[in-house]
Amino acid sequence: MNDVAIIGVGLHPFGRFAKTAIEMGAEAIQLALSDAGVQWKDIQFGFGGSYEVSNPDAVTRLVGLTGIPFTNVFNACATAASSIEQTAEAIRSGRYDIGIAVGMDKHPRGAFTDDPSKLGLPGWYAENGQFVTTKFFGIKTNRYIEEHGISQRTLAKVANKNFRNGALNPNAFRRNPISEDDILNSTMLNYPLTQYMFCSPDEGAAAVIMCRGDLAARYTTKPIYLRSSAIRTRRYGAYEVHSTWAAVDEDVSPTVYASRAAYETAGIDPSDVDVIQLQDTDAGSEVIHMAENGFCKDGEQEKLIAEGATEIGGRLPVNTDGGLIANGEPIGASGIRQVYELVQQLRGNAGDRQVPGNPKVGYAQVYGAPGTAAASILTT
Amino acid sequence: MAKALAPDVSTWPEENPQLIGSRCNDCAATTWPRQQRCPRCSGADLSDLLLERSGKLVAWTTQGFVPKLPYAGKENADNFEAFGIGLVQLGDDVRVETRLTEGDPAVLRTGMDVELTFVPLYVDDAGEEVVTVAFKPV
Repeated sequence: MNDVAIIGVGLHPFGRFAKTAIEMGAEAIQLALSDAGVQWKDIQFGFGGSYEVSNPDAVTRLVGLTGIPFTNVFNACATAASSIEQTAEAIRSGRYDIGIAVGMDKHPRGAFTDDPSKLGLPGWYAENGQFVTTKFFGIKTNRYIEEHGISQRTLAKVANKNFRNGALNPNAFRRNPISEDDILNSTMLNYPLTQYMFCSPDEGAAAVIMCRGDLAARYTTKPIYLRSSAIRTRRYGAYEVHSTWAAVDEDVSPTVYASRAAYETAGIDPSDVDVIQLQDTDAGSEVIHMAENGFCKDGEQEKLIAEGATEIGGRLPVNTDGGLIANGEPIGASGIRQVYELVQQLRGNAGDRQVPGNPKVGYAQVYGAPGTAAASILTT
Repeated sequence: MAKALAPDVSTWPEENPQLIGSRCNDCAATTWPRQQRCPRCSGADLSDLLLERSGKLVAWTTQGFVPKLPYAGKENADNFEAFGIGLVQLGDDVRVETRLTEGDPAVLRTGMDVELTFVPLYVDDAGEEVVTVAFKPV
């Protein structure tokens, strides 16, 4: 099995733009190519992820019709994690030497919706008002903070931190800090989560070029290795996004299983991780995911966040680029944005957002409907 | 005459209506609404189970904005009133995700007793009232 090295990353800013998703994808690819110092004709294969674009491989018309195998993937909020994993595994297995994962999206404004039958749900689940992703996060967060003694102000602190980090990130969608009180006093969307505690679907693109580990020195003096990635779906007993029922016997979220598998394959413990990217669909999700990914025990977040542990200069820096709350979520690109930020941090190139102390291990997690999670571990 | 939004998930309009779930005859896993195969053991031997009418609220939130289409309620942003959504445990059988008649976070409490009811959702083009499943605090 080959090691897999990340040699180039590119990111089209996230936000709202007067161009198509595929055009943004092409720009992200060019940025990744120049970061890696390679040309499109050097790329042997690709995986493309999107929700709104039915054929991400159409981007080849804009970057070069070289005839490479290019496979489109969609896996909801784990779409980008899936394109990354497929690209890495194709190199790990020895089939190819160098390839690209790219993601692009351009979502309409407001909460995601769809035809419920596409998720195997009855029509009435949407007609009666339950087919709303944000309400799941309200239910999960509300129960979690009650059980584990987390205050609503801590949720505001998480959103406030991510907006502040976003202000340091030229590629972010939301670049204005918002005070904790303004976050708490914004419109209540799904108790206890207010409007400014949620991320917004938006637009953007990102790309990552990987190669066989033993070839990385040809392209870069600072390869970043993708040590492991794992994708898991919900098990019986887990209550997840879009469910008409849940079992009485509870099981943990798929994030917990993906996380454990990623640590085990990489031979890395949570205590080894220096910089962390978590799926902050909302502030409650970031709090819960800290524990689900092994960075603290349930309930410790209240003290950790009050102490500033999750700040850029803290012991557990989380979402140093502002996360989904400041960047929004173009589904196909979101997980590659996480990797883009980890690569900047591990290279020591993150500028105003740089985690001090030469971070060596990065961790990324995504979670979404209908109960799908992924975890990835990167090292210098 | 009212009609149900989802006629096949409950015994409404019978008196004291109940939700209709599926119970696995091999491992006792229970779902709502009915399904053909067991989500725990993958077996195909399932029977209908009438679920208890009352239960406990094990988790909840409020829906504070008008859901996007295909939401069938006719409210708009100006006259919309937040409603509750929760996970209600019915006996030891199953938890159902459902609308709640109460939408005030100051009134909703985890662990509170709730009971099945049916609430008006909208009036259809033929002038008939369409009702949907909800649970109300007791």
